[in-house]
Amino acid sequence: MTVGLFIPCYVDQFYPNAAVATLELLEKQGVQVVYPPRQTCCGQPMANSGFEHLTKGSNDLFIQNFSGFDYIVAPSGSCVLHLKDHLHSDKHPAEAAAIRGRIYELIEFLTDVLQVDNLQARFPYRVGLHQSCHGQRGLKLAQMSELVAPPFSKPEQLLNMVEGLELVELARKDECCGFGGTFCVAEEAVSVKMGKDRVADHLQHGAEYITAADMSCLMHMEGILRRQKSNVKVLHIAEILNSQAL
Amino acid sequence: MSQTKDHAALAEVFNADEPRVDWHDETLWFIRQKRDKAAHTIPDWELLRETASQIKQHVLSNLSDYLQQFEANAKANGIIVHWAADAAEHNRIVHGILLQHQIDRMVKSKSMLTEECHLNEYLAEQGIEVIDSDLGERIVQLAKEPPSHIVLPCIHKKKEEIGELFHEHLGTPAGMADPQVLTEAARQHLRETFLTRRAALTGVNFAVAETGEFVICTNEGNADMGAHLADVHIASMGIEKLIPKREHLGVFLRLLARSATGQPITTYSSHFREPRPGHELHLVLVDNGRSVQLGREDFRNSLKCIRCGACMNTCPVYRRSGGHSYHTAVAGPIGSILAPNLDMKKHADLPFASTLCGSCSNVCPVKIDIHEQLYKWRQVIVKEGYADRKKTLGMKAMTQAFASPTAFRLAGKAGRWFMRHVPFVVSNQMNPWYKQREMPIPPKESFGEWYHKNREKHA
Repeated sequence: MTVGLFIPCYVDQFYPNAAVATLELLEKQGVQVVYPPRQTCCGQPMANSGFEHLTKGSNDLFIQNFSGFDYIVAPSGSCVLHLKDHLHSDKHPAEAAAIRGRIYELIEFLTDVLQVDNLQARFPYRVGLHQSCHGQRGLKLAQMSELVAPPFSKPEQLLNMVEGLELVELARKDECCGFGGTFCVAEEAVSVKMGKDRVADHLQHGAEYITAADMSCLMHMEGILRRQKSNVKVLHIAEILNSQAL
Repeated sequence: MSQTKDHAALAEVFNADEPRVDWHDETLWFIRQKRDKAAHTIPDWELLRETASQIKQHVLSNLSDYLQQFEANAKANGIIVHWAADAAEHNRIVHGILLQHQIDRMVKSKSMLTEECHLNEYLAEQGIEVIDSDLGERIVQLAKEPPSHIVLPCIHKKKEEIGELFHEHLGTPAGMADPQVLTEAARQHLRETFLTRRAALTGVNFAVAETGEFVICTNEGNADMGAHLADVHIASMGIEKLIPKREHLGVFLRLLARSATGQPITTYSSHFREPRPGHELHLVLVDNGRSVQLGREDFRNSLKCIRCGACMNTCPVYRRSGGHSYHTAVAGPIGSILAPNLDMKKHADLPFASTLCGSCSNVCPVKIDIHEQLYKWRQVIVKEGYADRKKTLGMKAMTQAFASPTAFRLAGKAGRWFMRHVPFVVSNQMNPWYKQREMPIPPKESFGEWYHKNREKHA
């Protein structure tokens, strides 16, 4: 099985450790991973701002980079959801459709495709899990609190395999953090207030780390935590699942 | 009220008082939780939503037939039916009925349609006084404000503020903020209104095509009090309020109040079928953009809305920006997909007042894909040229960088270098990210660079 690794642009630039952890985690499962070096962005920042018609270039580049793999995996629910919903190409429609069907967010790839039932990981801390909206409500990584339906959570399923890790309960388990792409600057006041409230929920329940399957939410919450001079840290879920803390 | 500020600017004003934002958020979150509890008492809740959604789908697909069937049955019942193409025609029709009866004072129960049509302002200009009889609407009317929520019009007001308004207008003692005392004062004031008004206007929650009757849901009984005591009852309804049969109320009435407030059903679900002897019952069927929306394939199912307000209560942006920041009669997520249809330029900001978190679509009792329509409106608004120029230029630059791996790598490397060596380039008050958040700490090397060094053999 050969997996094409897609690392979202801002993770590549600002959070290389999350990307390295994703790579190592997949390799530990015996997967052959290839990182196509000419990759850039999924196009979501433009599309969510109303400029989907400008994403032809990034779509075609994505197709060039990721055609032919058995699977494509990315450590971001948001980018994966965008590609699943909106990766189209007039030049290569069949390749675009194939990618839409083969792309997975890291967590669901581990639980659904690789069916991982055991991780050699240790992380002896109290951790708050932030449910990123696009992963949860878009990719259905976990049951949504609005629905009358049986509970499940793919990220919790994996975090529960990590030795020493204690998940904290939150008052609002799936409220949006307020990042929202360009929303975070276009609607700065509301975005920050949402982020402060989300962070406060984790702090009140004693989290030492906040984790998520989307680094963008964490980048936003990290910005708020650091402004508040908090000791609480954010870590991408791949880094925890790949953790060998002493 | 002239409207110059967009949602982001109005939301920033709202957020200047953080404890108040917390109070507003928690008040509405409490209602969302009540909704969750009520929904969980019905094991088939999701089936009920799906059924309601399909009934509405069927109605929208056969709207002209059902409208004609409804009109014929309503007329046979003795209801006088009017058709209004837009808000102005609706207002003229209502005014005409009042003129005909030489009535210059009217009582009105909750009707978001009349808010949409700005009926009160129009009638005031014609010298006609309207008193809103829904308690929340009466409060915002006394405050000379529009409702901030379609079900809870004065949810943005604290009881002390209502006490001050009642002191000024209804003569309650200064400083009195006991809800029971204030409600009693409103009750006495409205009782006098109900007894003396010869015309009553109401909204319509559901109109039944097979019987020509309509149903009004209230908790206060104010629609009934107005309609039963007046000689002339005028009911205004949007053309999308139809359901085929009376039995379908068994679906919608179970969903409406549970979604709105967490109650099993509204206190009053009153059926109006025919005028009492010697009285008149008018019904105004209003289009006002609805048939245009029906023709927009991507947006037509927004017309399924039964105005429960659940999307507002769950919306993390609405809870932290307040209904008035949406500067439209129907605020929140549903308002943001309805308003651009009425005036795209004026409401170009609203589809962007969302993180697209999707919670609205999940609570919607008729399963409108609200957040997907917000995304689609953004595309339409940009293509129609209503995005601001600065944003357009930025997006074009970003597009070019992302379409070229070399440009992306250079831009990323340069950006990280600047952030490490001259951080004030980005960490300043001109950068809206930095105002209340630290910038990410830029690493020495990107993942791409790390991979090149460590795993090049695989590539």
